[in-house]
Formats: sequence, structure tokens, C-alpha cells
Amino acid sequence: MKHKFFGGIHPVYRKELSAKVTPSVAVIPKQVVIPMSQHIGMPCTPLVQVGDKVLRGQKIGDGEGLCVPVHASVSGTVVAVEPRPHASGKKVMSVVIDNDFQDTTIPAPTAASPEQMDPDTILGLIREAGIVGMGGAAFPGNVKALSAMGKVDTLIANACECEPYITSDDTLLRTNPEQVLRGMQILQPVVGAKRAVLAVEDNKPEAIAKVRPMLDSFPGIELAVLPTRYPQGAEKQLIQAVTGREVPPGQLPVSVNCAVFNVSTFAAIYRAVELGVPVTSRIVTVSGEAIREPQNFIVRIGTPFRDLIEVAGGLNDATERVICGGPMMGLSQGDLSIPVMKSTNCVLCLLKDRNAAAENPVCLRCGKCVGVCPMRLQPLYLYRYQRAGNLNELERLHVTDCIECGSCAFTCPGKLPLVETIRAGKQMLKEAAKK
Amino acid sequence: MNLTVASSPHIRGNFKTSRLMLDVVIALIPALAVGTWVLGVRALGVTAVSMASALAAEWLYARLTHGRNTLPDCSALVTGLLFALTLPASTPYFVVVLGSVFAIVVVKCLCGGLGQNIFNPALAARAFVMLLFPTALTRYTVDGVSAATPLHHMVMPALPEWSLSDMLLGNIPGSIGEISALALLLGGVYLVVRKVISPRIPLAYLGSVALLTLIFHRTGNAFAWMLYSLLGGGVMLGAIFMATDYATSPVTPLGQLLYGVGCGVLTVFFRYYGLFPEGVTYAILLMNLLTWAIDRGTAPRRFGCKKGGRA
Repeated sequence: MKHKFFGGIHPVYRKELSAKVTPSVAVIPKQVVIPMSQHIGMPCTPLVQVGDKVLRGQKIGDGEGLCVPVHASVSGTVVAVEPRPHASGKKVMSVVIDNDFQDTTIPAPTAASPEQMDPDTILGLIREAGIVGMGGAAFPGNVKALSAMGKVDTLIANACECEPYITSDDTLLRTNPEQVLRGMQILQPVVGAKRAVLAVEDNKPEAIAKVRPMLDSFPGIELAVLPTRYPQGAEKQLIQAVTGREVPPGQLPVSVNCAVFNVSTFAAIYRAVELGVPVTSRIVTVSGEAIREPQNFIVRIGTPFRDLIEVAGGLNDATERVICGGPMMGLSQGDLSIPVMKSTNCVLCLLKDRNAAAENPVCLRCGKCVGVCPMRLQPLYLYRYQRAGNLNELERLHVTDCIECGSCAFTCPGKLPLVETIRAGKQMLKEAAKK
Repeated sequence: MNLTVASSPHIRGNFKTSRLMLDVVIALIPALAVGTWVLGVRALGVTAVSMASALAAEWLYARLTHGRNTLPDCSALVTGLLFALTLPASTPYFVVVLGSVFAIVVVKCLCGGLGQNIFNPALAARAFVMLLFPTALTRYTVDGVSAATPLHHMVMPALPEWSLSDMLLGNIPGSIGEISALALLLGGVYLVVRKVISPRIPLAYLGSVALLTLIFHRTGNAFAWMLYSLLGGGVMLGAIFMATDYATSPVTPLGQLLYGVGCGVLTVFFRYYGLFPEGVTYAILLMNLLTWAIDRGTAPRRFGCKKGGRA
């Protein structure tokens, strides 16, 4: 049976800017800045001090609770342990390592076959490798897997990459599809899912052509080619598109017996479990009209944006925004010393948008926002009631359901700052609840 | 380099208020062309005067209230055009000016401006001048000779003397913009294709008029009665261009259907039992009043919840 998610938009994708080139260049910076907080949850406590020598793959931060460790991504000397700028806009405790360019790596534990491991061992390996959701959300991988154990019938690998410009998952599938499929094969029995579905949008024909013939050697894994539409890669929307199920408000995918991981996360799980290698690098798309040579790189975690931009030929003088993530949901950055993290899939450099927001946004009540909202909200009323400070109405209209995908703001002919306003509305409700 | 730090999304679609408004103007060109061809060049004069006075009123209002110049959004252009199209070509110019200024200043600007008004400005202005100058607004002429419109025949009740193809093409007396159903349908298709409007309101409106006139037909030939009801008077102009006015119609899909049906039912009701042969203006204005209530009552089912209920 075919399913569809609600609403959605068709932005201009511009994926061709970066998709052509396969990443051959590994970006290895002089210095890496490794934030102790690269996941949702408790930040890590640094395990090293200034002056310490570290090896690549060595654990340099860990903590309790909802927390996964972080590792050195180069070998060298710790030169600072201090708060540094972070993509969130705040300063976050970070370990700064000067690269000795030896790339001395911590020896990997003797390889074992995952088929012989019990689930706890696998989850332990996933945690110790510092795996987080690499599609952007950065939820600790082992915790998600643990909460899904025995409760899900469908395991979904998310390769939709529905945001314009980004091609890092596409690149992974074109270059190393077996890592993704192996990762799925490892996790499927752990969570006990009957179905394992690799979901990809139909605007990645090359990746699909790569994966399809391999499926014979990976029995039990399905390939779902979905018609391209944003925000298909959003967790709730993808579950709906693949299974037709809707995750109830405030609940997790487990509530509808699904678990979704990004394809990069699956590849990382494969490397962690089968090769014993922690997350120290990832594929990052550097793209946008403002970068001279858009392409994908294999980037060490902790590489400052500035270094990455330099390797990609530098910025155009008219650059208006540098974004961590995609153009629809990414965070614009003012400080290019911030580092690439485990969940950083794209460094996007944009010129001024031709269709930029107006100085005097006016709501026409055209209702286009209602039509495109994948969560079936009514953004125009949320906007109105936030401006009026009407918390009752914001709650009645379920403002907290908003996933901030930006489809409404993208579509709005009056150019209202809808996402910004709705975010503020959520904040107002949260603060009111505290009192 | 000065990097902008701002909220996502960082890209926007190419929808623009002025583009939507200009699309409506484009969609009305066929209707205006037929109106001018059939009713004479004075139709063009009425339209030009109406549009010019709407623009002037909008500009003056902004000047006098020290507000922002809102001419670039092109909405006054649409209001002026739509108002003119509801008028007979013989309407005195001072009535045209008065109505157009009333639409912009009283109905739109004083209600908070674009997107805030409760009533459709063009129709409210028509209702206003209709009360003040009923004779001027109900005298239709073709080639300088006054004539009764098809709706006048239908009050009898009787089928009009014109053929259905004349009704479709617009070879009949009537207001400037209402005579050619074909031209209006063409405009409607353009608006739907350009995604300016959804077809929900027009289809629900025309569908309910069709159904009601078919069932409660007043002449022997039910089917012909239905077709004449759809092709005659302002129902096409109303369903495609007036009832779909953004500011005064619901935004929820179900709400739009209900609203369209409401307009259709009231139109037939007013035509059958009202003082005037036509009922479109008052049907839509009445439904305008219910727009917010309809939106409230037809909120889409919450994601992940059963209809009306909890998770």
C-alpha cells in the first residue's frame, strides 16, 4: 500500500552543485575543537587536560545518563580545555587538540562477528563509539536502540535527505552502500524489527542504482523509493510515508512500533560494531551559491568551518549566510570558528535570497500555510495568536506540534516570519507552564 | 564579511503577494474583454475609473494616516477591477468612484488593511451603491438600448430568450464582468493552474447551485433551468473571483467546501425569494461573516490523533 505524508513543498533542490564529485579529499586541519556536547542530553566531562598527548580514536570526554562519549579525531596535544563557540550560538566546553599529523590511531579491539554478539554487547559498542543521530538531531544512538528493543516492527534507514543542497547521505550511499546495509543488518535483530526499510527519495537515481542490485545479498532489507517532497526526511513524516502510521503528539516513533536512524548513523554503527572504530569523521557537504567549489568532504570531527570553507575554495564576497545544516532548518552562523560535529551534515554558504522576507510582512489569509503544513497546523492563526500573546489559543491550536520544518514560511507570499513566531509561541507556553 | 544570523528557513519560495494579485488581474482580462466587446467601450471606461480611484484612495489613505505605501502589493488594483466588473457598463462615473473609494477606505483600510477585512471590498461596495442608486445599478443596456437580463426572465419564472451558447459566450445583457461564463471559467482555470486559488470554493459553490436548481427547478426542463441558473447573473464571477477572496474566506479545506456550499445555497435562496433577481452579492457577504467561525469549527484533524479526539 502506498502512503503519503501530509502537506509538504517542492523547493529548488540545487543538489547538483555538490553531488557530482565523490569525496576524495579528506580534510585534516591543524587544530580541532571537539565540543563536549554533540548530542541531545547531558554534556560530557573532559577526560584530558592541557598538555596531554592523545591518539586518534581516544576517548576524551564521557558522562552519565543520556550521554555518549566523544573521541579525539586526530592525534596530537591537548592545548586547551575551555568553552568555545558552538553551532547552537552558545559557548560549550570543548577540547582543543593540535594535530601532530601522525594520525596515530588507538588500536581497534579484535574484530568479532556481530552475529555472535548479544544485543547488550552491540548497544555497548554503539555507545562507546559515541554514535548519535547523524541526520541532525544527534540523539544518542544506543539509547534510541535500547528504547526500541522488542517494541518495533519496522526499522527505517533515512536517506531522504529532503533538504535542498545537502548530498552527504547521497554521497555515502554512492560510495559505501554496503556499510549502511551492514549497519541495518546488525541493528535489525537487536531491536527485533520484522521489516528493515531503506528509504530514499527519487531524486537520487545514482544512489538507488547502487543499492538496488546489492539487496540480493542483504535479504530482509527493503528499498523504498519515495517521490521527492520536503520534509519527507522528518522522522514523523518518514514514518507516515513508509508505514502510513502517525506518531501521536508528544510521543516517540516507538509508540507506533517504528525506529528511524539516518543512513550515516547506520554506517557508523557498522564501523563501531564490526571494526571497533568510533566516530571521528563524517561526510560533510559544503555547498551553496556563495562557495567557490561546492563538494563533499570526509571531515574530521572538530574541524572549524573556516578551514572547511577554505578547502572548498573560499567564500564569495557577497556571502550573506553560512549555515550549519540545510537551508530549511539549519542554523545560521556568525562565527566561522565553530567546529563540525557528529551531526553536521552540511556547511551551506548562501548569497542573499532573491525571495527574502519583506520588511513589512502582511498575512493575506491565503491559507497556503495550512495546505503545506505536514503536521496539519494552521500557521497563520499561530502567527496571529502569538502576536496577540493569546496562550489559550496557541495551546488549542497545538503550537507544540510544530516541527519547525519551515514549509509554511517558505510558501508564504506575504513573507511572514512564521517559524520564528511559532518558535516564540512555544517558548511563551513553556514559560507560562513554569509559573 | 558580515554574516547574517537569522531564523530558518533561509530560502523562500517565489510566491509574492503582488504576483498573486497580478495573476487575478490577468485571469479577469478575458471577462473584461468580452464585456467591452459586447457592452461597448464604456465598460472599459468604468473599469479604468474604478481601478484608478481604488489606487488613489489606497495611496491617499496611506498618506493621510502616515501609513506605509501599500500600492506595490497590487491588491487595490484587484479590488478596483472586481468592483467595476459587478457594474453595468452604463453606471454613472460618480457612482463608480464612490463605490471604489468606499471599498478601499471603509471596507478594507478601516478594517485593518489587507487580509484583515471582514467583508469582500468589491461586493460590500456593490451592496452599498446598490442601496443608494438602485436604478443605476439595475439598468442594463446593449448598444444603448436598455434590456432585461436573463435573470429578469427567470424571476417570471421562465427560461431566458437567449440560447445557452449566447449565455456561455456572453452575448447577453448584464454587468461588465458577469456576462461570459466561458471567459470567467477560463480565468478560473488559470488561477487554479497558477495555484492562486484552490478549486474547492468555486466547485462547492457552483455544485450546490447546480444541485439546488436542478431539484427545485421552476420550469419544465430541469436541466436547462439548472444551466441557465449557472450561466446567468453573477454566480460564475462570484464563485470564481469573489468567494475565493483570501481575506474573507476560510483557510481550512473542509471550511472552504462548507463556505462554498453556504454561498451556493444562499444564492439560490435569495434568487428565489429575494427582492432582487440576483442573490450572489448578499450570499457571499453573509458567508463572509461566518468565515472565522467556519475556520474555527473545521480545524484539520490533529496529526497522530483520531478525528476530534485525543491520541
